[in-house]
Amino acid sequence: MIPDHLSCRMLVEEVTEWMEGSLPADRRAELELHLVTCVGCTAYVEQLRQTSRAMAEAAQPDDEVPSAEVRSALLDLFRRRRPPDAVS
Amino acid sequence: MFATLVDRYHASLVRVAMHHVPSRAVAEEVAQETWLAVIEGIDRFEGRSSFKTWLFRILLNRARTRGVRERRTTPLSSLSTEPEDDRGPVVPPERFRGSDALWAGHWAAPPRRWEGESEARLLAKETWAHIDEALALLPAAQRDVLVLRDVCGLSGPEACEALGVSEANQRVLLHRARSRVRASLEHYLDDDTDSAGGVA
Repeated sequence: MIPDHLSCRMLVEEVTEWMEGSLPADRRAELELHLVTCVGCTAYVEQLRQTSRAMAEAAQPDDEVPSAEVRSALLDLFRRRRPPDAVS
Repeated sequence: MFATLVDRYHASLVRVAMHHVPSRAVAEEVAQETWLAVIEGIDRFEGRSSFKTWLFRILLNRARTRGVRERRTTPLSSLSTEPEDDRGPVVPPERFRGSDALWAGHWAAPPRRWEGESEARLLAKETWAHIDEALALLPAAQRDVLVLRDVCGLSGPEACEALGVSEANQRVLLHRARSRVRASLEHYLDDDTDSAGGVA
């Protein structure tokens, strides 16, 4: 049975605290119990996780960044400023 | 060593900078300036924070300064309007049962699972542009936290240090930002599924 005191409407506001591990232990237990029985909230939490993953995925460096010119210019600068033995 | 860092972080630096300056070209410049500052300052880097934190702090300072300067010479129309009033619920109240209903506060219109076609679309390249738009619509403080956490992969404590915000504040900003992007993606994916023939 879903506990009355933690509604889905409340869960969506507390879920980040839970994901970040900063919810007090008793509230955490209540939230986790809610998730066991609530299909809607389980889907909601999974959507948040998928949102995070999608953002990380969208950030994968593509082949144009950094450009070869920029990369070698930066490495040149680094070599000139650092003693040779500090460069690897 | 330096080459590895450039390869690992340059794209992230450009991406973070993009949210502060008007073009990719300027973002690229800001990222390069950041590397120059790293080269010049590496001897002063004391290892009290992680390298990543230090790097992104330099980048954010430069990107913000540059953003302010660029805006002075940029037409007003290109300025994003920032919804600063942001205290409402992250999910519209009408999606939950009313207070006089049985199961008050529980889902009336629960989210659908993103699986199968929805999940494939979520990870498709076309969705990246939508994610960028959703990020661009966030208030700056929320966007900075979300980009550092979810796009660049910084931990909570690293993001706090890079941004100079408290952990509690960081969690509030992350919560609002991530919830909004989720809602935006839900809208995008559900619309798409509906127009594709109502596949549930």
